[in-house]
Amino acid sequence: MNSKIIKELKVSAIENGTVIDHIPSNAVFQVIRILKLESFNNMVLFATNLESKKYGTKGIIKVSNKFFRPEELNKIALVAPHASIIEIRDFQVADKKIVETPDFIKGIVKCFNPNCITNIEQLTAKFSVLDKEEIRLKCHYCEKITTKNTLEFL
Amino acid sequence: MKNKSLVSINDYSKDEQLKILELAKEFEKNPVQNILQDHVIASLFFEPSTRTRLSFESAVNRLGGKIVGFSEASNTSVKKGESLRDTILTIANYSDLIVMRNPIEGSARFASEISPVPIINAGDGANQHPTQTLLDLYSILKTQGTLDNLNVAMVGDLKYGRTIHSLVIALCNFNTTFHLVSPVELKLPSSVKMHIKERKLTYHQYTDMEEVIPNADILYMTRIQRERFSDPLEYERIKNAYNLDVSMIKNTKEDFKVLHPLPRVNEININVDVNPKAYYFEQALNGVFVRQALIASILGIR
Repeated sequence: MNSKIIKELKVSAIENGTVIDHIPSNAVFQVIRILKLESFNNMVLFATNLESKKYGTKGIIKVSNKFFRPEELNKIALVAPHASIIEIRDFQVADKKIVETPDFIKGIVKCFNPNCITNIEQLTAKFSVLDKEEIRLKCHYCEKITTKNTLEFL
Repeated sequence: MKNKSLVSINDYSKDEQLKILELAKEFEKNPVQNILQDHVIASLFFEPSTRTRLSFESAVNRLGGKIVGFSEASNTSVKKGESLRDTILTIANYSDLIVMRNPIEGSARFASEISPVPIINAGDGANQHPTQTLLDLYSILKTQGTLDNLNVAMVGDLKYGRTIHSLVIALCNFNTTFHLVSPVELKLPSSVKMHIKERKLTYHQYTDMEEVIPNADILYMTRIQRERFSDPLEYERIKNAYNLDVSMIKNTKEDFKVLHPLPRVNEININVDVNPKAYYFEQALNGVFVRQALIASILGIR
């Protein structure tokens, strides 16, 4: 039995909705939070630490009856840069794409600098993305650089 | 530059920066003019400052303008918990231009986004202090006759010194060769070095100051601050690493000048002060002309 079939057994198929595949195992819960699936009312299936030929292990999320806008999905690029997005309609793959890290990020990430105005006054943190692979985000306000190690989601 | 806030040095293009320096020359020739008599400038200093605040206020006063504001936040409504947003929106009603220093980083950018009148950043924490950069550029231009192709040595706290960061970024427009002298712990951060590398300019790093002096056109000294060190012994060891003595500037280039943003502690011996190559007090005076030029230009008067 190949691993694909095992996966299908572990996370059952959805009729309509979105499958987010190839999420790093440790990022599944962050993706759930970023896409606000905690407060979502339709069926959400997810699994993590699945076997993956490409990445060793991976996570997967299936969201029933929900199709995301690209800008919503691109938010997850910070934690799942190689995620693939599969739209399912009537149990069939209707569309397949990969996420793209945006050039500019607003309101997802917290500036790591405690003395930044965004952590003091009521306003939304904004960043320009200096490095999409290594994740280096330059704060629009304090100009400090938030990196993977200091990344914290709002 | 009418109505254009100055928050970070890169908000102004190289041409715009040069225009301010050009205009500063005119104000240096004629620093007392009655061109701001119809204007009110707000000077909001949320933390103490001597040079910056007084030189802004002197610049405005010599041009006949009026100043409202405060020099520390403790007796203002900030103390009552007022947000910066509300303070700025209120004071913008009373003034044509706001000069602000605030210890919170990014505060000036935020103010410039919500304020109906332009903002000049007079320092936002460890982030930016662009008028210092303009007066440094002016001082270099005035003493060297050019900003292009110079050897600039920077000494001291290159890691936390915001004046260093902004000056490095600004000098990247002028094909500068950088000589960076600091203790290993206080090296120029990679986020600033990135600008030098992007322009493919040359930089050298040293821990010893003496070898850079003979080749330098400008020696830019900075203070190493006690509060940067968690270990007081470490501070004591490092603070005495860079002390400029007059004997060290004997064999320097003809137009060589020593600059320092001030205040100094012990990094420049007072025996340097009377040497014609010491330039730091003139540098502070240049701040008045540069700020006059900036204010006049933002208010659309010149």
